[in-house]
Amino acid sequence: MSAERKIQRNKLGLKGWVIAGRYGLERYAYTLHRITGLGILLYFIMHIFVTGSRLGGEHAWEAVLKSLENPFFKFGEFLVFLAFAFHALNGIRLVIAELGLMMGKPQRPIFPYVNSVRRQRPLFIVVMIVAAIIVILGGADFYLL
Amino acid sequence: MRESTLWMLNLIAGAVILVLLGVHMAIMHLDAVLGFVGLAANSGVEASAVFARSKQALFMASYIILLGAALYHGLYGLRNILFELTLSRGAEKFINWFFIVAGLALFVYGGYVAVAVFQS
Repeated sequence: MSAERKIQRNKLGLKGWVIAGRYGLERYAYTLHRITGLGILLYFIMHIFVTGSRLGGEHAWEAVLKSLENPFFKFGEFLVFLAFAFHALNGIRLVIAELGLMMGKPQRPIFPYVNSVRRQRPLFIVVMIVAAIIVILGGADFYLL
Repeated sequence: MRESTLWMLNLIAGAVILVLLGVHMAIMHLDAVLGFVGLAANSGVEASAVFARSKQALFMASYIILLGAALYHGLYGLRNILFELTLSRGAEKFINWFFIVAGLALFVYGGYVAVAVFQS
């Protein structure tokens, strides 16, 4: 391992993924983005095998659905839906940030400072409101309609 | 492949997923809501609806594209999370190859299912 590589070591380890420190709201969004991403990936891999049961025809599919018909799985599926809504909408915000949009022009750091994260905060709030609306609609579909 | 290329592919895969998974989620989990605006035909998880969709070329193609995009986006994301732990070069190489092989295996299996059900 080179000296340069040693300097770049992630000293915080797992804690660095969870503790936001002074970084605020967007840092928690970053942590949630990871958690939801990992949850969706896990579900997705299982989903590939569950949908593979279609090879056995309609009866096999019905049998698999019946075996998964319980409140725990239904709630788990709703959590995946919730994770999707957050991950997708926060992902849109991240791509907009990646492209350097809605962050304002670079300025000299003259007091009072307004950093690019704060400039993008309204976008974060808007995408979270949209995510909440999607979750409410999904929740109604899962449990009420 | 360069890291910047892999990252750009990740963003493109994310955009593809946003559209296709958005439609998939709406069909599967917002069917009652869609019903209010008359868009719920062939939606839901019932066998008749699932197989009716699976036998349409457009859905079959969208499943395969979504499968590839989601596997890339998901496994690339997990790879980046693991790489942040500053692993040894050997561990990084192992993770790269493991994800390539696992991703391809899942893609071949999922793609085979989509095509086989479409043709059945």
